[in-house]
Amino acid sequence: MIPTEWVLALSAVLFTIGVVGVLVRRNALVIFMSIELMLNAANLAFVAFARQQQSLDGQIFVFFVMTVAAAEVAVGLAIIVNLFRLRETVFVDEINLLKG
Amino acid sequence: MNIVPQPTFLALDWWALGPVIALTVGAILLLLLEFLPQRANGNRGGIVSLLTFLFSGYAVWRVAGEKRELFGGMFVHDPMTVFFTMLFCSVGLLATLMSWDYVKRTKINQAEYYALLLSSVLGMIVMAASNDLITVFLGLELMSLALYVMVGFRRSRLESNEAALKYFLLGAFASGFLLYGIALLYGATGTTNLAMIGAFLADTPLSTNPMLLMGSLLVFVGFGFKVAAAPFHMWTPDVYEGAPTSVTGFMSAGAKAAGFAALLRVALRALGPVMADWTQMLAVIAFLTMTVGNVTALLQGNLKRMLAYSSIAHAGYILVAVAAGGPEGASAAVFYLATYSFMNIGAFAVLTMLGKGREERVLMSDLQGLGFREPLLGLALTAFMLSLAGIPPMAGFMGKLYIFGEAVKHPQLLWVVIAGVLNSVVSVYYYLRVTVALYMKEPEGEPVGISWGAPAVVAIVLTLAATLYFGLQAQGLWIQAQNSVMGLL
Repeated sequence: MIPTEWVLALSAVLFTIGVVGVLVRRNALVIFMSIELMLNAANLAFVAFARQQQSLDGQIFVFFVMTVAAAEVAVGLAIIVNLFRLRETVFVDEINLLKG
Repeated sequence: MNIVPQPTFLALDWWALGPVIALTVGAILLLLLEFLPQRANGNRGGIVSLLTFLFSGYAVWRVAGEKRELFGGMFVHDPMTVFFTMLFCSVGLLATLMSWDYVKRTKINQAEYYALLLSSVLGMIVMAASNDLITVFLGLELMSLALYVMVGFRRSRLESNEAALKYFLLGAFASGFLLYGIALLYGATGTTNLAMIGAFLADTPLSTNPMLLMGSLLVFVGFGFKVAAAPFHMWTPDVYEGAPTSVTGFMSAGAKAAGFAALLRVALRALGPVMADWTQMLAVIAFLTMTVGNVTALLQGNLKRMLAYSSIAHAGYILVAVAAGGPEGASAAVFYLATYSFMNIGAFAVLTMLGKGREERVLMSDLQGLGFREPLLGLALTAFMLSLAGIPPMAGFMGKLYIFGEAVKHPQLLWVVIAGVLNSVVSVYYYLRVTVALYMKEPEGEPVGISWGAPAVVAIVLTLAATLYFGLQAQGLWIQAQNSVMGLL
């Protein structure tokens, strides 16, 4: 059986990749993918803890998170597609009307 | 494994769940009614929305004195739930009234708009009523997803779209932090139930456990984004400026109150035993938040943007109360949230009336001379600005009085109270700039057309009455606020 620490380390690495991706990438779609990576890192942590503690709470939480992530994709992609129709770009640096 | 208790559903549980059921049914009904033909500028959406909010408020008020835990302790009906449900229903009601004519003149699809408004309020209620990290997360997402769409509702307008993208990306980013924090808290304590986390922490002092520390830190970061606390406030001005004015008013009051309601629940109920370790950090964040908000607000020429920075500053004042902690600090925060919601919605209700058709006239220069052309509107806006600045006899003054009065009892928070009072003084400058523009500047350019509408006027009158009443007779609301946090501790 794989020790819980290893799974947690993998989840922490995934989460960090996600955070760094959000901070350094400039393409809205890639930023969005990085955010999904963060959510999945949390899912992995939930499953690992649930196995460690022999309780189902963590596993059930993952179902909720997956549902929420799906809803988030629906809303997020709609916003990005609509923006692409208006501006023909998905790069967040070029989307800079509001500032001050 | 826990033994699942036999689910017994009493009649009062149905009333306690009344708002949740009514808002869900209302949102679905609004979308289904679209199959039936109606006039181009019909009032169907607004009427369904108003009735739903009225019924929701009535349902929870009917069983206000009861205390119940539903769905295996995930959803609690206690004085805090009642207080915040009533507050969110009033916010929703006022938002409906001020959107009534605004959505018509900006050609926003009414059914979708009001359905999203109802879902968003539903999410807020779930957040305030949750006793489990799962429901906190679900409520937060339900509220946020509806708000992302509402912010971008004027699809053809680039600003609205850009605001939606920024809000969505940063909001989802914050959800990621919150979720990972929840995962770590679950790993450290073995449960997601807030009361059980609290009990676990009281038995086994874990304040040195790195997983617990990291988990609570990430949860605080997640909530910090939602309530727009520095240094996670960057999205606020852009989103507030780009969103349709009625949506800005709604989210500035509702989303902030919901974020703080959930933060108070998590902080006091689950992390109560280790909260003392967080006092100084919260005080520093509170100081940063109000200073950044107030100083940047001084420079703004757009009213929506100015109110966005002002809302950041107000989040800072409320964080002072959260840092003070205990029942007194929490009730000061709850009191402030209630009064802030009314005065801020009132200010935005005035802004929704500025401009004809699809135009948006919310620059400081647009107000010049308005005080004499439209004396009543000018007077109302002045009253809301005075209240936001915290000048007696307005409600904003009482809110600040309670917060700083409670915080000053803790010697280690004295510095942040002094900074807060100085900040309030600074804020008077930019709130009075509005009054100066209204009454002391010569009009320039094309005068602003006013889109009068009875519902928006009703919203302004109601919020003005609340702002004055809670300023003069604060005792009643203060007792309600104190009752509401009793169940937490």
